[in-house]
Amino acid sequence: MVTTDLTPPTPEAAVAARASSRTGTHVKDSRGLRAFRLVNGALLILLAALVLYPFVNIVAQAFSSEAYITTGQVNLVPRGFNLVTFDVVLSDPMFWRNYRNTVEYTVVATAIAMALTTTYAYALSKAHLKGRKFFIGVAVATMFFNGGLIPNYILISHLGFRNTLWAIVLPNAISIFNLLVMKSFFENFPSELEEAAQIDGMSTYGVFFKVVLPLSKAVVATMLLFYAVSFWNGWFGAFLYMDDPNLYPVTVYLRNLMAGVTGGTSIQGGGTDNLTQIGANVQAVTMLLTVLPIVCLYPFIQRYFVSGVMLGAVKQ
Amino acid sequence: MSSVQQDPVVTGEAGQGGVDTFPGMVAGQPVEDAPATDGPSRRKSRRSRTQTWTTHDGQVVHPVTQTWAQALRRDWRLYSFLVLPLLFLAVFRYWPILGNVVAFRRFRPGGSMFGDEWVGLYYFRMFLNDQQFWHAFTNTVILGLLTLVVVFPLPILLALMLNEVRSRHFKRSIQTISYLPHFMSIVIVAGIVFQLTSVDGTINQLIEKFGGTAIAFMQDPSWFRTIYLTSEVWQTVGWGTILYLAALTTIDDQLYEAARIDGANRWSQTWHITLPGIRPTMIVLLILNVGTFMAVGFEKILLLQNPLIYSTADVISTYLYRVGIVSNSISYATAIGLFEAVIGVALILSANAISRKTVGASLW
Repeated sequence: MVTTDLTPPTPEAAVAARASSRTGTHVKDSRGLRAFRLVNGALLILLAALVLYPFVNIVAQAFSSEAYITTGQVNLVPRGFNLVTFDVVLSDPMFWRNYRNTVEYTVVATAIAMALTTTYAYALSKAHLKGRKFFIGVAVATMFFNGGLIPNYILISHLGFRNTLWAIVLPNAISIFNLLVMKSFFENFPSELEEAAQIDGMSTYGVFFKVVLPLSKAVVATMLLFYAVSFWNGWFGAFLYMDDPNLYPVTVYLRNLMAGVTGGTSIQGGGTDNLTQIGANVQAVTMLLTVLPIVCLYPFIQRYFVSGVMLGAVKQ
Repeated sequence: MSSVQQDPVVTGEAGQGGVDTFPGMVAGQPVEDAPATDGPSRRKSRRSRTQTWTTHDGQVVHPVTQTWAQALRRDWRLYSFLVLPLLFLAVFRYWPILGNVVAFRRFRPGGSMFGDEWVGLYYFRMFLNDQQFWHAFTNTVILGLLTLVVVFPLPILLALMLNEVRSRHFKRSIQTISYLPHFMSIVIVAGIVFQLTSVDGTINQLIEKFGGTAIAFMQDPSWFRTIYLTSEVWQTVGWGTILYLAALTTIDDQLYEAARIDGANRWSQTWHITLPGIRPTMIVLLILNVGTFMAVGFEKILLLQNPLIYSTADVISTYLYRVGIVSNSISYATAIGLFEAVIGVALILSANAISRKTVGASLW
């Protein structure tokens, strides 16, 4: 299992203990078992290859020349290596505007989501809080019941949020799953620390901001990443509530590219050579640039994500 | 000796001279000192009658109940943390639920968001007679069932396979790779699907290599379900193993040892120990999956579908999107959505009830 900073009984320890005890009792693996291991390992490698292949294919297409793509010769490695498409995509002002929008929406939405989730989770983690069960219940119930697409659409329109950042940010400000993960983390926060701070004259606010939050960096980082990735990947809210292409996030830009409804102002590359080049693999380049931040962060993110899911699952 | 109903954690502002501290919460103070306002005293006495208990030295202990006024006075800072989140829930979660009343009322653009006049079940009758709706309904059920049968068991299988791996390094590498698709935007997943299934894409290259002719996958309705399920497996199979792998680590090793001594082979160990060990996890996830049955992959299908393949690719959620957002029949689409949501809730409640009755595991 992957490292878990947050759960006290680390699963690896359990796995390791178990593995060693198993090997310890086994005198010698039978031939059947060895064959099974071999097949199992081979299947897992095959699976990993299948999972990775689409990404490799995107990269190969992004750097290939159009002639090879349309004749179906690009699979694992770029053929006719060139950077023309990158030039074209990166020189499209709309791409940059939409990319900047994605960054902006992600930052604002994550900040608001974090503020609401941490405070709500902290209050809910206090067992003595009167009405606690009710406050948990009203949140958890929304995991199973929701208003549906159209009532939400009417609401956002009536609030005047169309074509504003708020249409994307506010309706998703609290993820109940993240809330429950944080709540269980705070419930296990050593209460002695909080009591000591209170004896020193701190109010609840002081305790929360100066003692609890600074000591909860791991879970805060996890939640931050949970939210940031989901807002970065989001497209439907913007697709639904934004009419002005200048306000689209990059995911909607990509969606429109795939659906072939790119605005006339969008890609107007250099000469005719460029135009044929564009048609073939501009999608691959845009996809590559959209996933780039996540793929770069992935090795760091993944560890936190797994521990976050485990925390939520183990403690509930 | 007084006792506190819940955790005996004293959180009031102890440093501020006990002004905010509720006396009854402090250990050592007699229960009678708890200030009782006349309003809720009836409730208080009823509750204390039902919940008294005796300590080891024979003293009768009454639990301390607080009134809302006391709770607010003591914990107002904590309650202030609740204000914005509750406002969020009220506006963006509960208000839209009420907004479903539009299904029973006629909605006019620019009018009230709850509609203008009652029309009863008019819109429900309308979709019950709508061929296209039933078409989408059938597709939803088929796709939902296929998802449960094909997509749901695969993470279990993968978790069992990973569990047999001895090398931790190898196991971790496989896990890292298989989690990656989970972090991709649905738009990227759709883009990958388009790319791999295009006429000059990898799949058609393979077909041509083996002597076949290229297939226009995304224009052929008979391929949609296969494509959808494959992309769903690709994106979710790795991530889905996390909870199962966690459950696997909790199985007691002594069970395996005992089984080995009894001569059980690998396969019967898996069948009789491992699978029962992760059964609670399987059931909880199954119930949750049944709950999302009606909402099958709305965003992904919306991205993948086109009019040529509506005959298999149109599901209730995408149909109501077209009716409500594209064609602007707000009330009609709300009625369809409400119908879908009611079925969804009924499904999760019955799945939960069945599972509690038969195997004793349930969500709540």
